[in-house]
Amino acid sequence: MSNQDFLRRLPSASQGLRRRDRIQQRLHLDFVLILLLTIVTIYGLIVLYSANGQSVTGIQRQGIYFIVAYVAMFAVAQVPVHVLRRIAPWAYAGGAVLLVLVLWIGVGAKGAQRWLSFGGFRFQPSEFMKLAVPIAIAAYFGQRLLPPRLKHVCVALVLTAVPAVLIARQPDLGTALLVTSAGLMVLFFSGLPWRYVGVAFGTLLVSIWPMWQFVLHDYQKRRILTLLDPESDRLGAGWNIIQSKTAIGSGGTSGKGWLEGTQSQLDFLPEGHTDFIIAVLAEEFGLLGVLFLLTLYGLIIARCMAIALKSQDSFSRLLAASLTVTFFVYVFVNVGMVSGLLPVVGVPLPLVSQGGTAVVTLMTGFGILMAIATERRRVTRHI
Amino acid sequence: MSESHRFKDHHREERIFFVRMVVAGVIMALAMALLIGRYYSLQVISHQDYATRSDRNRVHVQPVPPTRGLISDRNGELLAGNRPIYILSVIPERISNLDETLKRLKPLVRITPSDLEKFYDQLQQPRKPFAAVPLRYQLNETEIARLAVNEFQLEGVEVEAQLVRYYPQHELFAHSIGYVGRISQSDLARFAEDDLRRYSGTHSIGKNGLEAQYERELLGEVGNQNVETNARGRVLRVLGRVDPKPGKDLELHMDLNLQRTAAQAMEGRRGAVVALDVETGGVLAAVSLPSFNPNLFVTGISFADFRALNQSLDLPLYNRFLQGQYPPGSTLKSIIGLAGLHHDVVDTEHWVRDPGFYRLPNSSRLYRDWRRTGHGPRVDMMQAMVESCDVYYYDLGHRMGVDLMHSFGIRFGLGNLTKIDLPSERRGIWPSREWKRGARGAAWFPGDNLNMAIGQGYTLTTPLQLAVSTATLANRGKRMRPQVVRSVGGVERPPIVDEYVEIDDKHWDFMLKAMENVVHGQRGTARSMRVGAEYRMGGKTGTSQVVAIPQGEEYDSEALQERHRDHALFVGYAPADNPKIAVVVIVENGESGGGVAAPIARKLFDAYLNQQYAQPLPHEEPMAGFLGGRP
Repeated sequence: MSNQDFLRRLPSASQGLRRRDRIQQRLHLDFVLILLLTIVTIYGLIVLYSANGQSVTGIQRQGIYFIVAYVAMFAVAQVPVHVLRRIAPWAYAGGAVLLVLVLWIGVGAKGAQRWLSFGGFRFQPSEFMKLAVPIAIAAYFGQRLLPPRLKHVCVALVLTAVPAVLIARQPDLGTALLVTSAGLMVLFFSGLPWRYVGVAFGTLLVSIWPMWQFVLHDYQKRRILTLLDPESDRLGAGWNIIQSKTAIGSGGTSGKGWLEGTQSQLDFLPEGHTDFIIAVLAEEFGLLGVLFLLTLYGLIIARCMAIALKSQDSFSRLLAASLTVTFFVYVFVNVGMVSGLLPVVGVPLPLVSQGGTAVVTLMTGFGILMAIATERRRVTRHI
Repeated sequence: MSESHRFKDHHREERIFFVRMVVAGVIMALAMALLIGRYYSLQVISHQDYATRSDRNRVHVQPVPPTRGLISDRNGELLAGNRPIYILSVIPERISNLDETLKRLKPLVRITPSDLEKFYDQLQQPRKPFAAVPLRYQLNETEIARLAVNEFQLEGVEVEAQLVRYYPQHELFAHSIGYVGRISQSDLARFAEDDLRRYSGTHSIGKNGLEAQYERELLGEVGNQNVETNARGRVLRVLGRVDPKPGKDLELHMDLNLQRTAAQAMEGRRGAVVALDVETGGVLAAVSLPSFNPNLFVTGISFADFRALNQSLDLPLYNRFLQGQYPPGSTLKSIIGLAGLHHDVVDTEHWVRDPGFYRLPNSSRLYRDWRRTGHGPRVDMMQAMVESCDVYYYDLGHRMGVDLMHSFGIRFGLGNLTKIDLPSERRGIWPSREWKRGARGAAWFPGDNLNMAIGQGYTLTTPLQLAVSTATLANRGKRMRPQVVRSVGGVERPPIVDEYVEIDDKHWDFMLKAMENVVHGQRGTARSMRVGAEYRMGGKTGTSQVVAIPQGEEYDSEALQERHRDHALFVGYAPADNPKIAVVVIVENGESGGGVAAPIARKLFDAYLNQQYAQPLPHEEPMAGFLGGRP
């Protein structure tokens, strides 16, 4: 995978297509990104059809989620970046209040409390915070001298930690991880001195023991132990990992064929339509299918990095970079955990796993990226 | 911040950002490479391994259920054990046509409609793929042989041996030990995160009594084994095994012989008997009659059996000693008398005239003594105790008032949970002014004091509470917490002192002497029980009025008539000089505390102190008063 090559070719490509450029600008859209996203979406629906027991209604429902998500993306792309920056503190504060409400009056299942319910409508504030946190921190740094001073670093850390802790209390470790990553990425790209990065990693290493002793729940510890030795808990947490590794490994290079995966079709694989869907893909389409998906993800990330590099004020730059890397974290954590590289946390495979909320949040993020991409050009032209 | 300053930084910012972008890009590229490497290793290098696992020889993880802990009495007699039975079960995933398979099974084994009903019920519930669904329990040897012969045409049908709970004493301990039953949807809903794993090999769970209270300890830790199966699901070999840890054994304070003696002494009547070890609070016997056979519940009770138990007017499923709430009647007079002495409301010389009734000052209402003609012109507390004189106690209740009686009775455990190690205990009612205002919305009337003093009115106690208060009397104020289980997995549970009622020794001496006279005095209400006893005992009789009768159309009036009679009560302890055992007997509709309840207590005393136990009845004939068939 070579992101670097792709980056170098991009500027010349966009210079060559001035007419398409103008249309994109007027519509506030990025055709390359839309094309890549659409391919992933369709690929995902094909896998999902097999994973959810060939249920047509399931696909229809997911299709509707995608339509809503694309509409959200197009709508958000029209919002000027400076508006986004102005509403950032309010969006953040509102989101934080909703998170507190979730802990009070939230609803949920399986011992976790994640949703707010208004009448028939359900809303997951933690999803909203995946966007609100990087926007708020980017807006905060956008008005200040970079690289940031220690005081500003501390403020950014607090802005990240508050929602992350609230979400972890629900408990929803996966989302807390993504929100933390989104906030920290803004810090990283703002030019946080390397020594701070070093200190942070050092602290992380040192805090492993106290975290293990005092913070993690028993079931979380078991997940980590299971990662080291899945055979130790074959009936509990180990079951998922053993079955998903068997599904992936038995797929081989070219897979068992669509709808032919025995692991997935005979229900050996738990959560095959949600968090563990890449195991279904790997079983039925093999390593080639996995490579195809990862390549698409890589191209999407490269395109987003290009947008970040070309944007000219620090708010847009930091926000675009953070959203991009968060998307990557999504991919890496999910693909890693299903194959037994990382402990199992609840992170879906972006744009493929069944579920509406995550898709809408992701697409809204891409909408923001498009807003940034097209705004840049308008600024250049006016100057 | 000046504009020029900010402009100067702009390029630096861009440069820093570019460097960070490059670093991030490199890290992401490396991470992607790591993922690809991982999938390459799984899908290309180890492909053969995983393909084998997934294809022809599927490796299954089977849970190996732990053996449930045993329950035995204080002498090591087994009260709850496990026995192997053979179960016919079906693996739906391996069967193409379920109806066809069932049709083939019909001539080989007997399958009742109730078996089928339970089977389809199970089939609806969520379960792991390839998990067997039981169709029939307790196959006999002929059936096992017939199934073995026809195995080739019965794909997806399995016969497996399983250990199930067995209660060798049948009805005798149904209300204290309780029973296990199939794990139901409502049990599943209560499961914690880890419980699905803990119960992955186990089919039953404690529903009631000790089985429920000590579920955690009895269950044990599940083991597992990796088995290699062929395409038809037959196990070829066991690859690896983690042994289960058996559950912890419980040893009880209860005594099988004493329990049997108590149950037989009741001679088929309804009621409850509780016997406590005075020194430790250990529960020696606890009987609630009529009882039922807990073995019926173990593999799932049939609808007809359950209806018979549940709709019986005798309420066999109802735990009378733990949840039955009865007016304690005159058995409460020793505590009320002690309260009067302790608070200096009366002394032992104080007397009242008993014309057969009592009248409150400025009131015309008569409160009658149980003896129409009264107990005489000068009744003191000793006589009032021995003959159970109500008028004396009306007077005492009037003098003392509810507040003193309430605060004193609380210390003997009245109106509170005894905290016994059994679930679903009831707390009874020990009334106070606040209680009446809250529960009845009315003020406390002077007449309420009189009823309270003779254990009627609002007061309700469970037989267990009466046993605890009697043991506290016998123990001179040291209230021990009642405990059924003596040790868990060999670890003793220490006795617990819940309260120490400190009262002048002379008051204790007087009241214990009075209770002794109830049995041994010339005019004692329980004098009939002392015949032939070579040791002395103390006690108090009582009768309590029946409050409400369950109405049922199909019962004849004579039976209903019988159910309107007073309950007979006796509380007591023995030997009087050094009490070892405290006993409570309640015979529903037994009418006479001294005539009916007290002799039953005597049999327990004889059994416990002199080892004069009742012999087990022949097992072919269920005891009178017991319901439920045998397995």
